[in-house]
Amino acid sequence: MLGVVGAIAGKSTSWIQRLVFPSSALTSLLLLVISLLALSQPVDTLVLPLGLPGLPFHLRLDDLSAFFLLLLGAASLGVSLYSAGYFRAMENATRRLFCLEYHLFLASMALVMLADDAYLFLVAWESMALSSYFLVTTDHKIPDIRRAGFIYLLIAHLGALALLLCFGILQGGHGDYAFAALRNAHLSSFWATTAFLLALFGFGAKAGLLPLHVWLPEAHPAAPSPVSALMSGVMLKTAIYGLLRITFDLLRGQQPWEWGALALGLGLLTALFGVAYAAVQSDMKRLLAYSSIENIGILLVGIGLTLLFHTYRLNLLAALSLAATLYHSLNHAFFKSLLFLGVGSVLHATGERNLGKLGGLIHRMPWVAWTVLIGTLAIAGLPPLNGFISEWLLLQAFLFSPRLPHPYLVMMMPVASAALVLAVALAAYVMVKFYGIVFLGQPRETKLAQARDAGIWERLGLGWLAAGCLFLGLAPALVIPILDYVTRFLVGDALGSMATHNWLFLTPVLPERASYSPLFFLGVIASVVALTFFAVRRMYHGRLRYSDPWDCGYPETIQPRMQDTAEGFSQPILRIFEPFFHIEREQPDASTPRPRYREKIEDRLWRLLYRPLIRFTDRLSGGITRLQHGRIHLYLLYSFLTLLALLIFVR
Amino acid sequence: MASPFLGDLINLLAALLLLIAFAMLAQRRVLSLINLFAWQGLILAASTAVMAYSSHQHHLYYSALLTVLLKVLFLPWLLHRLIRQLNVKWDVETLINIPTTMLTGLGLVVFAFNLATPISQLATTVAKSTLGIALASVLLSFLMMITRRKAIPQVIGFLAMENGLFLAATSATYGMPMVVELGIALDVLVGAVILGIFFFQIREAFDSLDLKHMEQLREK
Repeated sequence: MLGVVGAIAGKSTSWIQRLVFPSSALTSLLLLVISLLALSQPVDTLVLPLGLPGLPFHLRLDDLSAFFLLLLGAASLGVSLYSAGYFRAMENATRRLFCLEYHLFLASMALVMLADDAYLFLVAWESMALSSYFLVTTDHKIPDIRRAGFIYLLIAHLGALALLLCFGILQGGHGDYAFAALRNAHLSSFWATTAFLLALFGFGAKAGLLPLHVWLPEAHPAAPSPVSALMSGVMLKTAIYGLLRITFDLLRGQQPWEWGALALGLGLLTALFGVAYAAVQSDMKRLLAYSSIENIGILLVGIGLTLLFHTYRLNLLAALSLAATLYHSLNHAFFKSLLFLGVGSVLHATGERNLGKLGGLIHRMPWVAWTVLIGTLAIAGLPPLNGFISEWLLLQAFLFSPRLPHPYLVMMMPVASAALVLAVALAAYVMVKFYGIVFLGQPRETKLAQARDAGIWERLGLGWLAAGCLFLGLAPALVIPILDYVTRFLVGDALGSMATHNWLFLTPVLPERASYSPLFFLGVIASVVALTFFAVRRMYHGRLRYSDPWDCGYPETIQPRMQDTAEGFSQPILRIFEPFFHIEREQPDASTPRPRYREKIEDRLWRLLYRPLIRFTDRLSGGITRLQHGRIHLYLLYSFLTLLALLIFVR
Repeated sequence: MASPFLGDLINLLAALLLLIAFAMLAQRRVLSLINLFAWQGLILAASTAVMAYSSHQHHLYYSALLTVLLKVLFLPWLLHRLIRQLNVKWDVETLINIPTTMLTGLGLVVFAFNLATPISQLATTVAKSTLGIALASVLLSFLMMITRRKAIPQVIGFLAMENGLFLAATSATYGMPMVVELGIALDVLVGAVILGIFFFQIREAFDSLDLKHMEQLREK
């Protein structure tokens, strides 16, 4: 295992991009295969003689780590292939630095998943945060990007601080920070809850949970696209991994139901918030960033539901919702990376991030357009693709929630599942907007005519991720056994052979309740399409007439400006969810000589939470600065008084 | 092993040291301050030598010799030379008037003795009662550093503090290991030389050795 990690890091010193990125892609493939093999193996542990004296690094490869390594390998394979072609235009020095940071980032993510003691975990966690910070600020000459990077770094450090405290509580006063010792430390329920809350805060900061999500929509537009893809596709999952590791592994057996309810509620809020903001964005990457927030919300809902089931020892149902969560994280790694890479290609070809200046790119960039279409359908949760399966599994788990022996929870569950369905449906809406405006219709700018399709490496990367989406969508019976290893490890039960006894049908719990066959579904879709095509040909006598759609017989040609804009498309959502947003509008009336329409949508939480926080910190540090007189005598007096106080204290 | 006479002698010397510390606190002239510092070093060396004789710790002779060379001869010479070169023979200016300083110093001595009593009962050396004196002279020198306005008295305060520390070390534990002692001696030497250079720089920058000008350096 170490060899793999070392190889990823070692490659970075050489700088010939054509060699480095494909070989890192190969390494990712190797990682993928190894982790796939490791799933069926017993737990491997390894003690590295590195680190501080007396504090060696412990590594451990169990089923949970193997699953997330699989995710890392699969997603980074596509992203690395893509990067091989993407950074041609970059300066040599920047590119070399980028190479180093990119591989450091990958290696530290792998180490986070492999770490078996809190010390190595935090070291890897911080190096992940730092390397991704430098990746985000690759174009550090632009002030906005520096600002975005700063917000990211700040929140990452807040989160790391919470994690540090969390591990401090988990060790329960033994001073041994190996995970094996943390598992055996018996905490009182108060401390366990504190640790859980700190973990939720710390990992939530990384994942973009509701009050801590502000860095996501800032950092993603700032970062180069492959970096956004990795950050959104994989790095957010490290937070999910950490949360699973701490709640289900390290705090094994002491989860009160309130934790589950809290996670569920926070997840729902995050999902709804993310999707509502995604709907009104007009910057492609910002839109995708908010959509990542929504998906993290869904994952947290899954974790919360798993916790609830697990608390009441409904282990099969816990396994169901955990499998849905894991499936969704795998899916999200694939389709979100795919979408970010696709957006990267569009950005590269047109230089535009604003939805309002794109359009009609399906004619210019068919490869990108078709692969992104697969990603879009997948993230929208449409049936033959992978997004549907995980969301369907999660909803199946929700349908079993009346089995919970807690009346209030059972009463709340339908509301929760309705909110989840709302978020999922709105996600589909967002994706229609995204795809329709970027790729369909007519180009809104003349320069879009020069857009070129992606190169061979980009196509390979996009193709791999799209193929992954298709595979995960069509062959859930092959994926569920992989998840079973993890669910058996974490909640002690698995969907097992019931789910996959028939390779054609996916049956989560009972065949009487629900089952789903993606291949069958695909077959129906294909045959309906073929039938329609055939019927049109036959019954309509095969007469075809080409004309511009939607021109209502108006003889003039349709202009691009007549198309629906991104802002226009999102107006209904904006109206419905108006209290959610902070909107600044400038709408002059018809008589104004030179009317200028402007609409700016801001995050409410900036105003409600962050601004007061910033002001408070400012005042506090202002007060502390007053201590710094610059007078040596006073400084001496400070240390003198401290000395006296300490002397009195030790007496 | 140690005769009561030697113990008394050490106590006497320590008391003299404390007296000099007070004298330094009260002294208004820089030149006298330097002389007092040299006297303090001499007394320290003497007490170390007596200690070495009474306890047959030979390495203490070396540290006594080192003290004489460094603190009685070299550093005062260096400080005298500095004052000649900088041409600053003014009176010492204090931030707080001298009677108040003396009273505060008195309080500190009481505090130091109060603090040192339980510790010195644990110590096994002949001169265990001097621990309180040593601590008191450290605190007095610190007080001197705080109350002086100009740079040179502050440096003398710093050096005197090291004297007190040295006395504490010898009285409580028969001195530190030779390596540590040599290291500290070297540190003090280098510190004094560097501070000497700083005096010139400070005067160059502010035309004065008054430390209140350093306030300009803080962040606005």
